[in-house]
Amino acid sequence: MSKFEALTGNAAVATAMRQINPDVVAAYPITPQTSTVQTFADFVADGLVDTEFVCVESEHSAMSACVGASAAGARVMTATAANGLALMWEILYIAASNRCPIVMSLVNRALSAPINIHCDHSDVMGIRDSGWLILFSENGQEAYDNLIQAVRIAEHPDVLLPVAICQDGFITSHALERVEIYDDADVRAFVGEYKPQWPLLDLEHPKTYGPLDFYDYYYEHKRQQVEAMEHAQRVILEVAEEFNRKFNRNYGLFEPYRLEDAEVAVIVANSTAGTARVVVDRLRDEGLKVGLLKPRVFRPFPAEELADALSHLKAVAVMDRSISFGAMDNAGPLFLELAAALALHGVQVPMADYVYGLGGRDILPHEIERVYRDALRVAETGRVERRVTYLSVRE
Amino acid sequence: MTELRGWKEIPIGGMILEAGNSVEYKTGGWRAFRPVFGEAKCIHCMQCWLFCPDSSILVDPENEKMVGFDLEYCKGCGICASICPVNAKVIRKAGEELARDDPRLCIRMIEEGKFQE
Repeated sequence: MSKFEALTGNAAVATAMRQINPDVVAAYPITPQTSTVQTFADFVADGLVDTEFVCVESEHSAMSACVGASAAGARVMTATAANGLALMWEILYIAASNRCPIVMSLVNRALSAPINIHCDHSDVMGIRDSGWLILFSENGQEAYDNLIQAVRIAEHPDVLLPVAICQDGFITSHALERVEIYDDADVRAFVGEYKPQWPLLDLEHPKTYGPLDFYDYYYEHKRQQVEAMEHAQRVILEVAEEFNRKFNRNYGLFEPYRLEDAEVAVIVANSTAGTARVVVDRLRDEGLKVGLLKPRVFRPFPAEELADALSHLKAVAVMDRSISFGAMDNAGPLFLELAAALALHGVQVPMADYVYGLGGRDILPHEIERVYRDALRVAETGRVERRVTYLSVRE
Repeated sequence: MTELRGWKEIPIGGMILEAGNSVEYKTGGWRAFRPVFGEAKCIHCMQCWLFCPDSSILVDPENEKMVGFDLEYCKGCGICASICPVNAKVIRKAGEELARDDPRLCIRMIEEGKFQE
């Protein structure tokens, strides 16, 4: 039987880790992730899991230990945020390239400088070309659910890539919310036993990970990673379907809300989608045809499916919690990628980008309402007056 | 040359799944200098066999004599020539620097382009 508990997003993630019972966790504390591994360390100390918890001296070492343990044949998890993720940078690529199905809880936080411990998405956007799968979570429940699914996605023989599950630092990582925790046995049955295909610890069949790979084969190994990414979307959907059936949820590549008959929509990931939903309802009460699309899967980017879902709209407003400095119009990465996806799939819809909430700046319903009202005006005139707006920044 | 395989035919992630398969990787093509062996001068001390990083010194197991080089793997690094005690003796006797392909040496290093059977 499942039960409802009042948990922070981090505690929900730690609970998922307890139920998954990974072989190895290597992690270093960093705000706002710390309470995840701290809570999990309690579970280890209390004997509730069989996990080997490796306390390392940095995130670079944390991810290195994860790669080593994964190559050895272990089911491996970790957690980090912001500068910790940045310090992992080199090894993130190695984890993906060595095809290590590591699962990471990534609590999104602004990158320094100036130093800031609060939420934005500049950390995760920095790893978008690293070969990791990236999924967003609106709240603790989704972080918990996504983490459980991530184990199955990462370890699928057609994928074998690491997965990062994102949630918003402090906003959901530290907010106490009602989370449905499934029965331990059900979660364990769902994730199943990890059977690594090429464990280093299989001493009967010695093998090599990470050898020198020059111009004659490196490129072929990159092509294999592309293939794994292409399989990943199908696997994510298969795992979601099984998860939805078993735990009565509704996960897909993204979540549309009142989108079907909408004329304008906002695209926004993680916790702000929850606020936007309230705004949608309020504007719908006024008779305005507004909708919402909340991305769940960012890598692999479901370009065609997003284009299909948005093709009927008269205006699209993307909300980005990070900036791609120096990119076209200094827009955010979500906007840039979505604009490319729509253009290449023949969807011609006026689009604008709204950068918001950097460094944990609050995003309030009236600000999101302004985005909708802008979009409604664009839908009427067919003209985008300003391509990129830095929402709520003081002039 | 080893035949290059496509991305569907090779293990993922650059993994090498069989132990000891470096034997399939013929490194002789890397060679710019070829070791040549003066059989009459060799004292069969096996120093070259011991130091060769590519196990490319051929030894007749019957009489434990050095018989030549495995040129499929020899990269021409010249460690054999520099470790050879006969070479050291010849250089000492000559009292001067000798060219690497001096015919007085036991193991000579000859530029691949200039080598004649």
